[in-house]
Amino acid sequence: MLNRRDLLGHSAKLAALLASAGVLPQTAVTAHAAYNTAAFEMKTMTELVKALGGSAPVESKDVTITGPDISENGAVVLLGVSTALPGVKKLMLLVEKNPSVMSAMFDINDAVEANFSTRVKMSQSSLVYAVAMLNDGKVLFAQKEVKVTLGGCGG
Amino acid sequence: MPDPMRIRAQVAGEKATVRVLMNHEMETGLRKDAAGKAMPAWYIQEVSAQLNGKIVLTAEWGPSVSKNPFLQFNIKGAKVGDKVSVTWKDNKGETRTDEIAVS
Repeated sequence: MLNRRDLLGHSAKLAALLASAGVLPQTAVTAHAAYNTAAFEMKTMTELVKALGGSAPVESKDVTITGPDISENGAVVLLGVSTALPGVKKLMLLVEKNPSVMSAMFDINDAVEANFSTRVKMSQSSLVYAVAMLNDGKVLFAQKEVKVTLGGCGG
Repeated sequence: MPDPMRIRAQVAGEKATVRVLMNHEMETGLRKDAAGKAMPAWYIQEVSAQLNGKIVLTAEWGPSVSKNPFLQFNIKGAKVGDKVSVTWKDNKGETRTDEIAVS
């Protein structure tokens, strides 16, 4: 069994190895906190927001979700999330009926616009959500229904 | 070494629009192969972008992002000739960084 000391030792060795091999630029290593595995396993928006320490989500016109009304191929659905609100900490893209609700989470800072587009897989027709988490812990969201003709999870 | 990304960064007014196409399987871990065995999850977990070496974006992704992921974002105050680099890291610990000049 791994105890904490072993684990720390291993991570340190691994980090040193990677650094010495020049595989990872230092900045990229330090930029990320640990990957939030738990958040990506949540099944509903309410659970997810709670796990991230936000208050109950409220629907808002200040957050925008873009996506197709009908997508023929659920394996590639282009979704966009944006907001003009000040003080946004994170923007998230959620698909309600996927096995895990969250697809992507973006950290917002002064240098980047709160406006992202990416392509996600959808297992079936579902609501998609754009969720904005503000610095004060408030959570706002927008939703849209996307109909999928062919699911994107294979089988 | 993972396949390279395709990145385009174009100035539009006060900002630069960056479009990235990454080469990655993005396997969810939920699919089964022809023999009925579950295919292990393999997907990008962390994405970051830098402008002239300074971090401007960090993101975390789940397995539901599409295969060969596309990402578009806007960097404020980027000018022609600035360097934009994008890095991803997957759940196997593989990583890839590509850099391009803003045009």
